[in-house]
Order: sequence, then structure tokens, then C-alpha cells
Amino acid sequence: MAKTPLFLERQSYRRRRMMDAVRILPLLCAVLWMIVPMMWPNGTEQSEPTSLSHAIGYVFIVWAVGIVATAGLWHRIRSRDDADEARQTEPRS
Amino acid sequence: MVTLNLLIAVCLIYVAGLFLVAFLAERAALRGRGGWLLRSPLVYTLSLSIYCTAWTFYGAVGYAARSGLEYVTIYLGPTLVMIGWWWVLRRLVRIGRAQRVTSVADLISARFGKSNLLAVMVTAMAVIGVTPYIALQLQSVTLSVSIFAADDVSSMQSGDLNDYAAFWVAAGLAVFTLVFGTRNLNANERHHGVVIAVAVEAVVKLVALLAVGAFVVWGVAGGLADTISRIDASPIGTWQTGGGRWSALIVLSAAAFVCLPRMFQVLVVENEDERHLQIASWAFPIYLLAISLFVVPIAVIGLELMPTGANPDLYVLTIPLSQGQSGLAMLVFLGGFSSATSMVIVATLALSTMMSNHIVMPLWLQLSARGAQQSGDVRAVVIRARRLSILLIISLGYLYYRASGGSGALAAIGLISFGGVAQFLPALLGGIFWRGATRTGAVAGLAAGFVVWMYTMLLPSFGPDGALPAAVFEQGLFGVSQLRPRALFGITGLDPTVHAVWWSLSLNTLLFITVSIFSFPTPLERLQGAQFVNVFDRSSRHARGWSASEGEAEDLMIMSQRILGAPEAQAFFRDQALQQGRVGRSPAPTPEFVQALERELAASVGAATANAMIGQIIGGQAISVEELMAVADESAQILEYSSKLELKSRQLAETAHELSRANEKLTQLSLLKDSFLTQISHELRTPMTSIRSFSEILRDMADLSDVDKTRYASIIHSETIRLTRLLDDLLDLAVLEGGQVSLNCKTVNLHDILEQAVTTAQASSAREFDIRRQVANEDVTLVTDGDRLAQVFINLVSNALKYCDAAEPELDIAVRREAENVIVAFTDNGSGIPADGETVVFEKFVRLGRGEGDGAGLGLAICREIVTRLGGAISYVPLEKGGRFEVRLSSGHAGKELPRMLLI
Repeated sequence: MAKTPLFLERQSYRRRRMMDAVRILPLLCAVLWMIVPMMWPNGTEQSEPTSLSHAIGYVFIVWAVGIVATAGLWHRIRSRDDADEARQTEPRS
Repeated sequence: MVTLNLLIAVCLIYVAGLFLVAFLAERAALRGRGGWLLRSPLVYTLSLSIYCTAWTFYGAVGYAARSGLEYVTIYLGPTLVMIGWWWVLRRLVRIGRAQRVTSVADLISARFGKSNLLAVMVTAMAVIGVTPYIALQLQSVTLSVSIFAADDVSSMQSGDLNDYAAFWVAAGLAVFTLVFGTRNLNANERHHGVVIAVAVEAVVKLVALLAVGAFVVWGVAGGLADTISRIDASPIGTWQTGGGRWSALIVLSAAAFVCLPRMFQVLVVENEDERHLQIASWAFPIYLLAISLFVVPIAVIGLELMPTGANPDLYVLTIPLSQGQSGLAMLVFLGGFSSATSMVIVATLALSTMMSNHIVMPLWLQLSARGAQQSGDVRAVVIRARRLSILLIISLGYLYYRASGGSGALAAIGLISFGGVAQFLPALLGGIFWRGATRTGAVAGLAAGFVVWMYTMLLPSFGPDGALPAAVFEQGLFGVSQLRPRALFGITGLDPTVHAVWWSLSLNTLLFITVSIFSFPTPLERLQGAQFVNVFDRSSRHARGWSASEGEAEDLMIMSQRILGAPEAQAFFRDQALQQGRVGRSPAPTPEFVQALERELAASVGAATANAMIGQIIGGQAISVEELMAVADESAQILEYSSKLELKSRQLAETAHELSRANEKLTQLSLLKDSFLTQISHELRTPMTSIRSFSEILRDMADLSDVDKTRYASIIHSETIRLTRLLDDLLDLAVLEGGQVSLNCKTVNLHDILEQAVTTAQASSAREFDIRRQVANEDVTLVTDGDRLAQVFINLVSNALKYCDAAEPELDIAVRREAENVIVAFTDNGSGIPADGETVVFEKFVRLGRGEGDGAGLGLAICREIVTRLGGAISYVPLEKGGRFEVRLSSGHAGKELPRMLLI
């Protein structure tokens, strides 16, 4: 049974870290969207409630950054995927 | 002003256009053209937009006008799911492709042992959950029509008009779905016409909403800065959402995005390429962002411009109308119409597949006497079942709309629907991530979640004295205040939506996990569980245990022809036969083949039905020991097993090796024994022959002289002595080798023994010999059998005296100590032992070189035996000039008397 080697060459290493980023990104977005707005004052406390334009700005900026990051990661993974496929289609000895 | 007639005309033209597009797409796909578009990631992404229904198109603005930014949670949840594609969607898509899944009910049923009970439960829950949603689409279309028709209502009652509109929209949708949704039976084949029409509608609704947004921001409000200040000044200008509700809605929408039958249809079933999912992971969030971008500005301007009584759900339409933008209003109407129709079409398609596969087909199988073997085209039955289901579902939506009277905010209805389908989530996620999930657990969880959802969300939505009497709201079920539908277990502080979602999902999950832990799955469940959870693990793909006979293969062929269609079934069988290397014959009914056939059938009629149909022909599914072992494996067990196997086989190999070595040795020993006997016979025969000859002469020759007599008698005597010595030696050796020798160990001095040996040896030899000794070194005290040791030394010295071939023979006897050992070396100046004799010199009957010796060749063999018995070693050391025998006496024999040495 072939085992994955303990240490990888640079390219595979980079690819693995990209996949780590793909996995972590949704969790980061979830924290920014679900946890942070819960801390905004909503008028029930003493302090002035957050203005709607401010809230919209925050939510949509996180949204846009999340999309750009996902697209960027996809782009990097895709080019590596193609390379992998080319390697895998070669006949194996 | 847009008249009703114009509206209807535009609407008909639009619908005709959609039919045309769908028709062209079907034709292009049939001719194998247009794949670049039909199978592109763009179309896949756009087809996902059926998530944004009329609820989004009209309802989001209404939602925002009522609750501020909260509407955006409905789009943040799916965005999280898409960005997190790697976690859940990637797995679902792979499983969907590997198992030829046809719907969310099919997936759950297939995972839990192809259980039809689960499939029926999920289907029923989906139909109940989605029906209000379909009604909502009809409601939104009729609402929008009623806005345009405000001027024409004189001609007919407004209520009648609404019913008319709803009826005709429902009828039109039914026709479209019937025409393009039931063309092919295989649910895994894309409905190209539907998908392309959905994609076109996705573009129309996005463009319409963006156009209204741009018009509102730059046409009405006067730019971005102005819009922002108006937003903050509006009644919804501050952040009001409570944290609990905000997070709960994000979770709920994320769950619904995965579980909604229509989303499952486009996400998983219609997916052609896993890479499309990766592209949609960022492309679809862009769509969601764009569609929710202008919602708040439209809501805020609507609140400003429209009279207080106006329905905020229709701001998208009424703002352009109030500003005299008839063209824009028409575009908006088409956008809303698109959102509603695309949702209804895909939702109906998904639900009808579920209904026909999981309810109608099993019933038909049960009712028809001979089941799957009955004659006739099953395809017609399936297609008819699917068409009937489509009509039934759309009718249900229409009836719900009529019954509910089209009242209530769109957003509220949508959330109820979300809450219903979100109940699939624990079973779905548990099924694909946890091998311990069982069918019983899934049934318990789904049932509990569904009951709680009905009681806390669906039934209360009809209002007090609607579905539930007002008394239940206030005092709880049966007067138990712990069971109030909006305050279960006395928890009153929660928002009703959060309350319902929290209780239904948490009880669902809790029961699912608990019952799963304490129940035991069937073999098929465990097999399917392993295949689902380890879908990315290549080693987990193994054949299932169908075992069919050649005779049953024909029945399988007949059945497949009726489900897949004759040409398709024949092509499939031909392919399989080719794979098995059987050209021009039907394939052998191997387990692999039957499993492939089951998958193929499952794509048309669902896993549970396909399993049941094949089961009817072949009989029970036999799951072999190997498969169960693979189920039980956790792959570590397989590893352990194989390593055990490896160990065993290594042990076996070692044993075999040892056996063959022992055999070799035995053969050698047997040869040795043979040669030993031959030697003995030979050694005995030579003296015997001379004794016999001379005794015959003495007996038969009367006239022998006395001298001759004496000579012959002495020859006989000496030969007898030789015989006796030989026999003595043999006996001695036998005793030594047998280990029966008793040693008489005493404290002796090495010098005395050497002295005795040299004297004895010299006495029996006539040769002049120069024997050198180092008397000083010889003073060593030993505990050993002195007589035996002397025997060895005599032998060695005699040998030297006998065989040393030097002109002036010399023997050097040296004693030295090496660590604890005493070494006695006998070195002569002869030519030594020839190289080829060195290894055998201590063997029995070995006589080297010149044959003049009278020994039997047992001397050195006896020496070796004695020294070994005494705990030492004897060896021959070849020198450049001469040879040397070394006797190594082990340490214990030297020095002080040690009682244990007596045991030697």
C-alpha cells in the first residue's frame, strides 16, 4: 500500500496549503458574518445603534473580499489541477 | 400606461420565447451540438439562481422594508455553503455521481440501506414543505398582475382576476414542465431545455432587479451619497436585528440551500462536471451579491415615496410605475415572472421525480402481481407517474394558494418552507460524514424534527384559530403550558422563527445521533455507509453481493429493456459484455455487472426501487463475508489483517525453510551413516581377510616349518590386536558421541599430563625427535579428567611423530594463556596437512596423505569428542612451514577448583 511521503516537494506543499486556505476561508467568512454583527449595538443598550449604511458596507465588503479570495484560490488550484491531470494521464510503468 | 392586454401579450411572447429556447436547446443537445454552452460552468452557475425565486425578487425588498438588513441573511447562508464547497458540496456531488442519485430523498434513502420508508418520509416532508413555496410564487405573480390591472378591474372582480391569473400561470407551468421535464427518464441526464430556460430567466431577473436598483439610486435618489443618507434617515436606518435571529437565519438558509429539493436537483443531479462546482463557488456568490445589492435602497425609497398602506413586497414594481417608467415596470414584471416560473418548474421536476420514484413506483411494484417481471413497458408507467406527480404538485400549490387566500408576507412563507426542508440536514450530513448513522436514527430524527416544525412553525402560521385553536397558543397542547407552540418547554424569550428552528433542528439532531448510537445497522446500510463516507477513498469501491444465475440474466435483460428502453438496454448489455470479454454474447451475471445495472436503473427510478426490482428477479441480496469484513474494516482492520497475514506467511516461509534445512541435514546424516558403515566394514574386513588366510595356511599346510608357523601366528596375533584396537576406538567414539561418557574430574597439573603424554608417545615410536617444551609455562592447575586429556595429547604427539616428514623432525609444545583460556599448541616442522584436508581432518576414518599409517583414522575424531566433552576446543592452524594443533581448554578448568566444574 503506497503511503504519502512525510515531506513533499515544494509544488505539492504549496498546493496543500492552498487547499488549507480553501477549507478555512468559509469558516473565516462565517465568523465575520455571524459573530461580528452580534456585537453591534442594536438600540437595546445605552449606546447609539449602528447605522444601516455602516452595516450594509460591512456585510458587502466582507462578501466581495470573500468572493475575490475564493476566485483567487480557485485560479491557483485550477492551474495545478491541470498539471496534475497531465501527469496522471501519463502511462504508468 | 400598460394595459392588462398588453401585459398578457408580452407575457405570452416571453413564454413562447422560453419554449423556443428550451426546444432549441433540446434539439441541439440531441444532435450533439452546443455542448460548449449547454455544459458550461456559466449555465451551471445561472441554473443555481433558482434559489432566488419571486420570494427574492419581490419579497426581499418587502423584507428589508419591514426588518432592515435581515433579508441579507437569506443570501449569506448559501454564500457560505458555496465558498465552503470543499466541505459539503464536493462530497455531495461526488456521491451523487457515484451512486447515480436522483433526488435528495434518493440520496438519504440510498445511504440508509436503500430504505424506501426514508425515501417516502423525505418525499412527503419535501412536498409539504415546498407546497407553500409554490403557492408563494403563484401569489407573487398574481399580486404583480393585480398592480397592472388596477385600472381594468371594472371589467371583472379583482378576486376573480387573481384566481384566473394564478390558474393560468399554474397551467402554463405545468405544461412547460410536462413537455421539457419528462423527456428523458434518466434523472442524471440533464434536462437541457429546462436548464437553459432557467439560465435565461436567471439573466432576466438579475437584469430587471439591477435596472430598478440603478433607476432608484441614480434616477430617483440622485446618486450614491444621497442614497446612503436617505438610508440612514429612513425608519429602518439602524441596526435592529437581534444576534440570535441573525445567526439562526444564516444557518437556516445555508441548510435550506443544500436540502431544498430544487437546489439539490441543480446542484447535484444536474451537475455534469465537478469543476463546474469550483467555478460556481465564487461565481454564484457574485450573483447573490448582485441580486441583493440594491434591495435596501429600493426598500428605503419605497418607504419614502409610497403611501403608508402600500404592500412593500411590490415596491420593485410600484416605484417604476409611480415614476411613469412603464417599460421598466414591464421588465420588472418579466423578472418577477421569471423568478416564479423557473422556481416552480425545477421544484416540480425535483418533487415529481421523488414522488414517482419513491411513492408511485414502489406502490406499482407492490400492486402488480408479478412485479418487475410483468410484461409491458415500465417506462410508460414511470413517465406517467412523473407527469401525474407534476400535475399533483402544481395543483397542490394552487390549492394552497386558494386556501390561504394569498395573504401573508412573502418572507414569512418562505422561511416556513426553509424550516421544513432544513430538517433533512442532520440525516444528510450525518449520512455523508458519519458511518455510525443508522436508518432508525435517521427516521427518528426526521420524524421528530418534522413534527416539531409542523407544530411550532407551519400550523401557527395560519394564525390563532387557523390550524390550531387559539387556546393551544395560550395554554399549550392539552393545556400543558410546556407545550405552547411558540414557547416550548416554557422558553418564552425567543423570536418565533429562532424558537422553531432551534427546537426542531436540535431535537432532530439529538434523536438522530442518540438513536443511531444505540441501534444496529443492517449489512446493506453498513455497506452503503462505507461507500458514502469513504467516497473519495478508491479502495472502498467494491462490488456488491448480487449473485445471479445465467437464467436470471435474461429476466434482467427483459426488465432493463422495459425501464431503459430496448436500444439503451441492449447497448448497456453489449458494453458490459465487451468489458467482460464476451463478444457477441450476453454478459455473465457477475456481481459487478448486476451492480452496474442497478446503478443504471437507479438513475431512472431511484436507488430503493431499482434495488427492489433487481431483488424481485434475483432474490435476496447476498452480502459476502469479505464485504462485511470491508464494512467492519475502518481500513485499519484490513491493514491489521493483512499484516497478520504477512506475519503468518513469513512464519510459514521460515518453517518451510527450516524443514528443508533439516531434511538436507538428515539426508547428509544418512549419507554419513552409510559411508561410516562402509568404512567400518572395510576396516574390519582387511585384518579379517589376513587372519583367515593365515589361519587357513596353518590348518591346511602340514609341512610348515616352525619359523613359518611362528611368523604366521604372530601375523594373526598382530592383526587381532589391530582389530581389537579398532573396536576399542569405535566403542570409545560411540560412547563419547552418545554423551554417555563419565568423566573423572580431579585437580591436575598440566605439566604432569604433558610429561606423561610425551613419554608414552616416545616409547611407542622409534624416530629421533626433538621435542621442545617450556616447562615454566606448563605449571597450570586444571580441574579436568587427566586421563582423557592425556589421551588427547598422546594422540597429537604420536601423530606428529608418525607423520612429520621433515629431515630433522621437531615438535614444539607451547602453553599460553589467553584471557581465561589455556591453550596448548603442538607445532611440528613438517609439511603440514594438505589444504583440502583441513576441513575434514577431525572426521572419522579420515586418513590423509601417505597411507603408511596403521590407524583407522579415528584418532583425531576421538580427540575432538574428548576435548568437546571437557568443555574446550581443538583446531588445526595451518602455518607457512608445518602445521599446528591447538587445544583450547576453557577458563573454568584453569586456576582454582570450582565445584561446578566437576559436573563437566
